[in-house]
Amino acid sequence: MEKVIRTEKLTFTYSADEARSFALKKVSLEIEKGSFVAVLGHNGSGKSTFAKHLNGILLPSEGKVYSYGFDTSDPENLINIRRNVGMVFQNPDNQLVATVVEEDVAFAPENMGVPSEEIRKKVDDALKTVGMEKFVKHAPHMLSGGQKQRIAIAGILAMEPNVLVMDEPTAMLDPVGRKEVMATIKRLNKENGITVILITHHMDEAAQADRIVVINAGEVTHDGTPREVFSHRQELLDIGLAVPQTVEILDELGLKDVALTVDECCDILEKYLKG
Amino acid sequence: MIKDITLGQFFPGNTYMHKLDPRVKLVICFAFIIVLFVTEGIIPYALAALFIVLGVKVSKTNPKMLLKSLKPIMFLVLFTSILNIFYVEGEVLARFWIFKVTKEGLLTAFYMTSRIVMLVCATSLLMYTTSPIALTDALEHLLAPLNKIKFPVHEFSMMMTIAMRFIPTLIEETDKIMAAQKARGADFESGNIFARAKALIPILVPLFVSSFRRADELATAMECRLYQGGTGRTRLNVLKLTKNDYVFMVFCTIFFVIMIITSVVGI
Repeated sequence: MEKVIRTEKLTFTYSADEARSFALKKVSLEIEKGSFVAVLGHNGSGKSTFAKHLNGILLPSEGKVYSYGFDTSDPENLINIRRNVGMVFQNPDNQLVATVVEEDVAFAPENMGVPSEEIRKKVDDALKTVGMEKFVKHAPHMLSGGQKQRIAIAGILAMEPNVLVMDEPTAMLDPVGRKEVMATIKRLNKENGITVILITHHMDEAAQADRIVVINAGEVTHDGTPREVFSHRQELLDIGLAVPQTVEILDELGLKDVALTVDECCDILEKYLKG
Repeated sequence: MIKDITLGQFFPGNTYMHKLDPRVKLVICFAFIIVLFVTEGIIPYALAALFIVLGVKVSKTNPKMLLKSLKPIMFLVLFTSILNIFYVEGEVLARFWIFKVTKEGLLTAFYMTSRIVMLVCATSLLMYTTSPIALTDALEHLLAPLNKIKFPVHEFSMMMTIAMRFIPTLIEETDKIMAAQKARGADFESGNIFARAKALIPILVPLFVSSFRRADELATAMECRLYQGGTGRTRLNVLKLTKNDYVFMVFCTIFFVIMIITSVVGI
């Protein structure tokens, strides 16, 4: 499999003189094309710092980051990296540039110098992908949080990136908005083949990924499928993370199985109760 | 609700006036103001008034809205006309105590008043029928020649766009902060003007802090979307002059020329 992101002993400190305060410590990871990776960690674990390295917003203090084959430390590469690795942030309000939805989604293609007929097509496609095609002429400030975040995603999709990095895209949203955005993310990964890297501290969101990377105090502590990672319940609790309730209930009952969805959990419980 | 505020004074519509190219409207409005100030006389101003009335009719603007826009300048209009009536020398029509009213004074007062009122009417019509985004676009195009003297035209219009984009966001934020401070016992409604001004500090400080944070995040998000300034940038909606725009321009030019001719002939 092709590796779209590769970090080699990525180390980052926010202040150069305080060598002890590592935000990231020798993080070496490879992310495969088309995968859906969740990066899990509690506040201050370094997960957002990690995300910001993937398209060159932050540069490593030591080590290397290769995004889509380009070294992020070379300023010449930045445009190519950012075209291929799109980034969605937490607060939709602080990502939208224009006062009309279509103008906002068009922002990136406009910056790329795409001719206007093609921009129109890209804007329509991107809005359709996130299911917001009815809101072309709306003002973003009249939309709900989930809708705004989907517009922000459409704004990135208009660049046609291969990798989508999402830095806690649901943190500011209500449950309805979270569901909308998670459904959109999953669809992008499954149907459009976009590699998704989701930074989150919600266990249920991480459980939907193909792979979970747990970061604590700037270091990768776990890396594997949700089943593997969630089977280490005690270790996750020790670093301040919980596991999904479906995993928790089975663990409390002393069962070895790991259930990621409610249905799966029910089946296991049924079997258990029937003896 | 506070979320429903309109940006600028734009009233969306689908009339001939709304569909005109914003650049054309801006230039014509500007030309109209210049013509107003170089002409004088009853006929030219009657024509100018007709021009405004036509504009109101075509754009289906509520005339009450125009009158409303005149309210803030009423004082200025009164002030200039009174000064003109009493201080312009000429043929004396009436005299009492140390004041004298002259024919020239009355005429100048009339001209000045008409000019100011029609100037405000014309610019209001422009604002009512053109969205702020279209206006910024038009401004960017029209100011483009200033690029030659290193005036940052694109940056200027980008700033305007972002400012307009953040007006509702910041209003909402102000609302939240005020509610939070009220919940802590802040009092914004009583006391003299100084006390009230002082009460604003706990609103302004958090508002500024959050604005800087927002600005920082927006800048990062813009960089992630490949923003590199105006060079090499294309636009989704390209302004294009249509037949309607040419017709409008020709019509206005003829109108303005007639105004100038009648003024020069001195009817």
